[in-house]
Amino acid sequence: MATVTYRGVSRIYPKATTKAVNELSLEIRDAELIVLVGPSGCGKTTSLRMLAGLEPVDEGDILVGGQSVLRLAPRQRDIAMVLQNYALYPHMNVADNLGFALQIAKLKKAEIKARVAEVAKILDLEDYLDRKPSQLSGGQRQRVAMGRAIVRQPRVFLMDEPLSNLDAKLRVATRSEIAALQRRLAVTTVYVTHDQVEAMTMGDRVAVLKDGVLQQVDVPGMLYESPVNAFVAGFIGSPAMNLIEGTIGSGGVTIGSTVLPVPRPLMKAVGPGRVTVGLRPEAVGLAGDGAGIPAVVSLVEELGAEAYIYAQLEHTVRGTMLGAVPDFVVRVDPKSAPRVGSRIELHVKGESMLLFDVESGVRITA
Amino acid sequence: MATVTFEGATRFYPKTERAAVNGLDLEVRDGELLVLVGPSGCGKTTTLRMLAGLEHVDEGAILIDGKDVINLAPRDRDIAMVFQNYALYPHMNVAQNMGFALRMAGVPKLEIERRVRAAAVILDLEEYLERKPRQLSGGQRQRVAMGRAIVREPRVFLMDEPLSNLDAQLRVATRAEIAALQRNLAVTTLYVTHDQVEAMTMGDRVAVMKDGFLQQCDTPRTLYENPTNAFVAGFIGSPAMNLLEGTIEPGGVRIGATVVPVANGLHKAVGKSVIAGLRPESLALAAAGTGIPATVRIVEELGAEAFVHASLVGADAVPQKPSNIIARVEPRAAPGKGELVHFQVKEGSMLFFDAASGERLR
Repeated sequence: MATVTYRGVSRIYPKATTKAVNELSLEIRDAELIVLVGPSGCGKTTSLRMLAGLEPVDEGDILVGGQSVLRLAPRQRDIAMVLQNYALYPHMNVADNLGFALQIAKLKKAEIKARVAEVAKILDLEDYLDRKPSQLSGGQRQRVAMGRAIVRQPRVFLMDEPLSNLDAKLRVATRSEIAALQRRLAVTTVYVTHDQVEAMTMGDRVAVLKDGVLQQVDVPGMLYESPVNAFVAGFIGSPAMNLIEGTIGSGGVTIGSTVLPVPRPLMKAVGPGRVTVGLRPEAVGLAGDGAGIPAVVSLVEELGAEAYIYAQLEHTVRGTMLGAVPDFVVRVDPKSAPRVGSRIELHVKGESMLLFDVESGVRITA
Repeated sequence: MATVTFEGATRFYPKTERAAVNGLDLEVRDGELLVLVGPSGCGKTTTLRMLAGLEHVDEGAILIDGKDVINLAPRDRDIAMVFQNYALYPHMNVAQNMGFALRMAGVPKLEIERRVRAAAVILDLEEYLERKPRQLSGGQRQRVAMGRAIVREPRVFLMDEPLSNLDAQLRVATRAEIAALQRNLAVTTLYVTHDQVEAMTMGDRVAVMKDGFLQQCDTPRTLYENPTNAFVAGFIGSPAMNLLEGTIEPGGVRIGATVVPVANGLHKAVGKSVIAGLRPESLALAAAGTGIPATVRIVEELGAEAFVHASLVGADAVPQKPSNIIARVEPRAAPGKGELVHFQVKEGSMLFFDAASGERLR
């Protein structure tokens, strides 16, 4: 039972010109699973390590349960960490690995045994207590690492990319297991990942960081529907939101040679001139009435329940990473997916259009 | 321009009991991108290595353009490989890395320069030709590795998990780039991955392997809609297809405490144990009292959709562990954790598999 509060927390690495974490203020609620997400170098792991006491705090304060922990040594903070490489002791069996921290903390043998048994039951590890880590699968090892954190009954769990050593299939299964387990245990959890899908599916709330600065913290649905800037808009969602440049005129926004209507309240808020238009792959349909944005299909990705079309807009010539690569993504029903090379018209569902300032990337709202 | 044909290709590793690749029959068409996919140990990488000549073929044949290549040395097969770890030379710049194989092959200097430049244009690497690998981002290094294969103008590309060193976001972007590039070059490509999303999104066709056996080879959509057995059904698709134990009864199939009507001829096999396969999007939330009751364990929000993970109510009566079921719902209509919900099965969307063999029942 604990809240975690970052109050204007900064970390400056020696000889660095920018702050690795820049005045982070964040309140994590009791029993909440909050995910810190962002590209590498965004400061997410540094934020976690400051809370754990593994990294000094240069400015600001970190509180657990309302009390500053900056002067406490890592082991006094009552925090348990699950790392990327599980760091299990290879010569100890599962039970000894699970109980090791308690043994060091000099708990009574009977108490250790009881707690290990309970955790093994929660994690479905009862049949493996006598095995060595080398005799376990990747998923089982991951559960032992979780178990080591759980037996300590800490106030806060910290998890740093705990799924990154698992293969794609197991990662999908394990993320829902961890999320369900965390809900059941109701222990405040800070979870770090670079993968926005993991963040969206696991977090009660998600904090998006970039270059050491917190961009937005909100529930997954709000981050997706109402991003505060173009970075969050492009980072959350897969395939990414289409971000293309347009020009605001009296009739709406012009993309290439097509004029798209802009909802009136939004039109009032945005001035004339260049603007970044954000469109989710599912906010675009295929029209055939001549009113859409003309494009040519370069690639169709089939995912079973849905398909994604990658199309080149006919009137916008923009360099992309591979030159020949298409840049506008549309989600369609796989049964009606057009073929590669065919000409299509993109029809924008007006109310789902987002606009961002072309320079600052800040969202323009009505 | 080449076709690749595996004819009963088999590989036994010394001291193992079963074949790593077992009697593989597979034809890769000219210009096609064919993906080999499966869990670790399924034989996909061994298959690739046999074609490359890095692994012995114990039985059967491998043909390129109709000619058996088994007795050709790897360098005589006219194949270029892109690996997981790009294995770029750290002391050479991008241009030298891309041209290295050509230099070794004694290609004239001007020709090397021409080919490297052409590949650099295709890969948008023109500005980086003078840089060393460590001065490049992960995505750029990946492209240099691709470039090294392209300059050789081989008959066949082999790619072994080329995206696995990239982070999640870059992987999604790069897979579309590689697929588009392969379509442009139209070079026959065999691509190995353990990730079914990569397989589905990139492959013209996808070959699913398990325990050394080819399970099914078909277009992504056919694999998804028409899997030949429960393994393929569960492997292709994310979240995975729900595979629920059921029993055929006169009114349909019993799943937990509910009997779901069945349209096909299966209703005659009363008493038979089956596995019922249901895609997450084949389930819809229904009014209380209808459909399959379940308790919501967790809701995963993905923005455009949400997945409800739920436990079947009344399934505890079955001796096996309580069954979980995953349904795809509108994020705006997602139920809360702990809520009792009812799922209706969209008509005709249920697949059936033999409970013992896993073979599809039609």
